[in-house]
Amino acid sequence: MSDKNTTEKRIRKSYRFLIVICAIALIAGIIALYFGGPTEETSEIGDDPSENLESDINHSGFIEDEGVQTVINNCTTCHAAELVTQNKMTKEGWLATIRWMQESQNLWDLGDNEAIILNYLAKNYAPEDTGRRPALKDIEWYALK
Amino acid sequence: MNFKRRNFLKKATLGSLATVIGADIVYGELMPKNYKPLALQDPDPFKLFHKDADMTVLNSKPWNIEAKAHLLDDKVTPNKFMFIRNNGLIPENIDAESWTLTFDGESVKNTKTYTLAELKSKFKQYSYQLTLECGGNGRSEFNPPAKGNQWTIGAVSCATWTGVRLKDVLADVGIKDDAKYIGYHAADVHLSRDPEKEPISRGAPIAKAMQEETLLAFEMNGEAIPLAHGFPLRLIAGGWPASVSGKWLKRISIRNIIHDGAKMGGSSYRVPCKPVAPGEKVKDEDMCIIESMPVKSLITYPKTGAILSEGQKLNIRGHAWAGELEVSKMEYSIDFGSTWHLCTLEKPVNRLAWQHFAAAIEFPQKGYYEVWARATDSQGKSQPMLLPGWNPKGYLNNASHRIAIKIA
Repeated sequence: MSDKNTTEKRIRKSYRFLIVICAIALIAGIIALYFGGPTEETSEIGDDPSENLESDINHSGFIEDEGVQTVINNCTTCHAAELVTQNKMTKEGWLATIRWMQESQNLWDLGDNEAIILNYLAKNYAPEDTGRRPALKDIEWYALK
Repeated sequence: MNFKRRNFLKKATLGSLATVIGADIVYGELMPKNYKPLALQDPDPFKLFHKDADMTVLNSKPWNIEAKAHLLDDKVTPNKFMFIRNNGLIPENIDAESWTLTFDGESVKNTKTYTLAELKSKFKQYSYQLTLECGGNGRSEFNPPAKGNQWTIGAVSCATWTGVRLKDVLADVGIKDDAKYIGYHAADVHLSRDPEKEPISRGAPIAKAMQEETLLAFEMNGEAIPLAHGFPLRLIAGGWPASVSGKWLKRISIRNIIHDGAKMGGSSYRVPCKPVAPGEKVKDEDMCIIESMPVKSLITYPKTGAILSEGQKLNIRGHAWAGELEVSKMEYSIDFGSTWHLCTLEKPVNRLAWQHFAAAIEFPQKGYYEVWARATDSQGKSQPMLLPGWNPKGYLNNASHRIAIKIA
């Protein structure tokens, strides 16, 4: 009988130990989620803007600036933000793109928002003169054996 | 990774999340505010499409993903390194068993429909290695910048495609003497989800359709075509802009005019008929449809950025292709194009397949070098060292590929 009791005690001890380990792992996991988790998910449009201070990129992928919410609302229904943010155009170029989308891609009349969107895009996604052939850049050097 | 997840759960409550996931979220109250449970996050494109994690996502809606030069080292491109260029949304609920292909149009004798099984059993099957390059590959270098996905160098592949010859099927269908062009129609969905709109409906002149290598393909590299690349049936027209090779193929119209489907007009896959100054406005009627892609090459080994020790020889290798033509000469330069040296160059395994080159390079002293690659086609045209002729949508950039090397 005493043997059985000792075994049970041992089992109970092991269980307690396991529970403690699991609890620690869970807490560590939650802490990791808070600090190392998907940071782009943790701020909400219209939240305290100080939350976005560490980056000028909105969690949507757009540069944080006046008009960004209007851009998100009108430009990301059909396509991802990347289709905008990869591109660089003059105000005239962005307007031509909007007109093309209205004529052939079912984009709606933007009304008063058109000026807001155009100003935002022309300012934040303006072309740069890269010459006739840009220099090689962002080279990751490595030793080749 | 450029890929950013869309945030559609801002106002969702734990209860509604549980409904969507189909289970209660244990410890849901401990979940950080706005944290999106894994079950509801957008799918990982690398897992979804079986792509290598080093591939670059340019756009997540529609999906556009490209390779890097060193990822394209295989002689036959495996799926994991093959670029994805989508104009619309990938069709859902594809049933290969009930899949059909219909031939119609002004110049078809009688409208005819084949099941996929009939195509496979009724016609002889052929396999070819075929180079498919996006017309906009290299767009990112144009100045002034050109609108669209900013492809660098990785929107090219050469896989083995298996299918039946379109010419054999057209002979069975019966086409009229005035047939001028074929235009494809596919199952993909327009970004606006408007069922009346096609994301893309391009094609090729009858002469291209009648080439032996132009296939109605159902296999890529010996397996069913992956979903993102056109499962279960794809038109394959090697050497031409890859947009001619329509995916998720449902219908082919035999036209007595140049096909006028989506992305056949305006500045889509068209370039100025006569050269223009960078940034110049070009009228619609002065634009010509791109046919054969130009001569081009890629150094696929080593990866750019290699540091060698003095006296160490560098063995480079890569692929070269020339649209409808063959590559007749391959050269490299380590002095910014002042002098050029021949590479060994293999013949293509079949017409329209890319060719493999190699060279052993010795560097004269320590320092920074760039290895430049230059292919010449069978008509004597070579790759330019600077950007070729500017065009409104930034197509056909076949400027020499360059890799950086340091001798330390």
